[in-house]
Amino acid sequence: MSLATKDNVKEISELSGSIRSMTYSQAGCLALDREMELDPLVWALGEDVGPDGGVAGQYKDLQVKYGKERIVDTPISESMIMAAAIGSSLLGMRPVAELRYADFALCAADEIINQAAKMRYMLGGQVRIPIVIRQPMGMRWGMAAQHSQSNENLWVGTAGLVVVAPSTPQDNYGLLRSSIKSNDPVVYMEHKELWLETAQVDTDMPPIPLGVGKVRYPGNDITLVSWSKTANECVIAAEELAQQGISAEVIDLRTLWPWDKKLVWQSIQKTNRVLIAHESTEVGGFGGELLAEISQAFWDKLKVAPKRLGSPRIPVPYSKPLEDLCRVSVNKIVLAVKEMVEVT
Amino acid sequence: MTPHSVNYSPSVNDVLSMVHTMALIREFEEVAAQSLFAGEVRGSVHQYSGQEAIATGVCFHLNKSDFVSSNHRGHGHAIAKGVSPDKMMCELFGKLGGTSHGKGGSMHIADFSCGMLGANGVVPDGVTIAVGAAHAIKMQKRSEIVVAFFGDGALNRGPLFEAFNWAVLFKLPILFVCEDNSYSVTLKTQTVTGGPDPIERVQAFGIPCFQTNGNDVVQVSTCAKELIEKVRSGAGPQFMRAKTYRWYGHLAHDKGLYRDPIEVAKAQKDDCIKHASNWLESNGVASNIISETQQKAALVIAQSVLVARQSPLPSAGSAYEDVQDLVEQTASDFKHDLKLQVVE
Repeated sequence: MSLATKDNVKEISELSGSIRSMTYSQAGCLALDREMELDPLVWALGEDVGPDGGVAGQYKDLQVKYGKERIVDTPISESMIMAAAIGSSLLGMRPVAELRYADFALCAADEIINQAAKMRYMLGGQVRIPIVIRQPMGMRWGMAAQHSQSNENLWVGTAGLVVVAPSTPQDNYGLLRSSIKSNDPVVYMEHKELWLETAQVDTDMPPIPLGVGKVRYPGNDITLVSWSKTANECVIAAEELAQQGISAEVIDLRTLWPWDKKLVWQSIQKTNRVLIAHESTEVGGFGGELLAEISQAFWDKLKVAPKRLGSPRIPVPYSKPLEDLCRVSVNKIVLAVKEMVEVT
Repeated sequence: MTPHSVNYSPSVNDVLSMVHTMALIREFEEVAAQSLFAGEVRGSVHQYSGQEAIATGVCFHLNKSDFVSSNHRGHGHAIAKGVSPDKMMCELFGKLGGTSHGKGGSMHIADFSCGMLGANGVVPDGVTIAVGAAHAIKMQKRSEIVVAFFGDGALNRGPLFEAFNWAVLFKLPILFVCEDNSYSVTLKTQTVTGGPDPIERVQAFGIPCFQTNGNDVVQVSTCAKELIEKVRSGAGPQFMRAKTYRWYGHLAHDKGLYRDPIEVAKAQKDDCIKHASNWLESNGVASNIISETQQKAALVIAQSVLVARQSPLPSAGSAYEDVQDLVEQTASDFKHDLKLQVVE
């Protein structure tokens, strides 16, 4: 599995404790379970989180364990799911609001952007809004234009929100735990195509701090900055490139806001080349923001113009060859890197 | 519909106290508008003038620990729930001494120390969030209740219906108070509303609905007393529609020229403070006692303006506080680390 990179395995093996194989979805479920055990104020609400266990089993059996009052099946009412989370947080609860798909989170965009993100600020710091806004993102199985979007740029651009996008089972476990513990509202974007990815997860590992990225593959010639599923594609690309004599360093941001600038800076100082890769639309995507920051800091040091890879500015199409056009594949990453490294 | 088992009617002292609250609100709104036109207050001021009996009559029966939520026209609810007029006026003046230290302004006044969960600039988000707060009360098995104030215009917003459904579904301790001033900004609500009387929509959810004269604080407080007791006893959500009239335009800058002057003049004669004064006189209270009560209120508000003028403006640095706990990394944060990297 691409997820069990050498780097990842090493990190896990260094730690003692309970290590077992599980899916990305199971890791998310276990993280919530662990936090609900630790804190009676944590509750989860959303469509089909009860007996159904969530669209990907990420709530499996939790209602049996915690009851209908803490794992709450709701009507198809995204606005009210978010508002209930916000209102309950005003009275000290720590809700995990399940919005099913990132696309449907747009039905609650008002509650997320106008209320959750700004409430602490608007009310002069009288409250904290410790909500996890769980909204799985990305393309999977030809789900077409309304079930495939990666809208992280929308949340990154909204002051008040933390944005997290885990790419491995271990990260899903560790980052979801930290997100639940966070006193900020956290937009938590699991990737739908990663639900079944399986890897070793150390459940005794402490929660992964938010805002801290990770070097997924070390290298010296070029820095690849990515997140979510595309970070995994970057790791495979780096393995292929290594066989061709190109040493690419893959940084998985994990948290998109605030992003780990220090880690990225350290890498670019070494490589002086950078490629950003993400699944969301290239135009207006978060990669553009990263490139702006990088260009301002490194314009006179970069060996080649920095580049970003994202999907074209079209709605995600249904048919496979058309959907594939939207994917930032391993091949596209390898080609882009070779072009950037070979010209300099 | 009116409540059946009413065994409460306000005492002379109750009504005198309510006249004081209503006079506070009316004076606050007059002074707020004057201060707006004088350039001391920015943005928008949505005056509650004419509707004072509703917030006053309802909040009179709430405990300090109970909660209210409000909308853009929120000054009256805040004052009636016990928020300090000094702190409110400071907020309107954008001063440090304000409820939000000058970051929120008129539409974001909240004070969690007395159960005021917040005015809100988006219709009907105060209501949906109030339902969330009621959800937390139920989960935590607490004894408080929530009152959500909103206008008749909100009855055409989708999330309100999600909120009604949710409150019934989870049998939450909430009183919905619809202040029916018959206007949706500049339009007669009736002219933009399909179907029969919108109260039938609310009844369709299975919420018991009651109607009262929103310009008569004796009637409002009598109705509210019973509904609040019902909610507190666990009977689930209740709905009160209080017919009233908005004396001024949608906001202070709006002269309300779309309204028939005869309609406005007639409504201003149907004055809640005058009605309450007449009630007191007919119950043996001397008119000078009533006018002294009103003068005392006017003094409180006059004092609040002095306090607001003297309160300092917030420092520029405070603009960046209370956004979120996790903040952006800046290059200066890790300059030292980078130098170490360069040496290597």
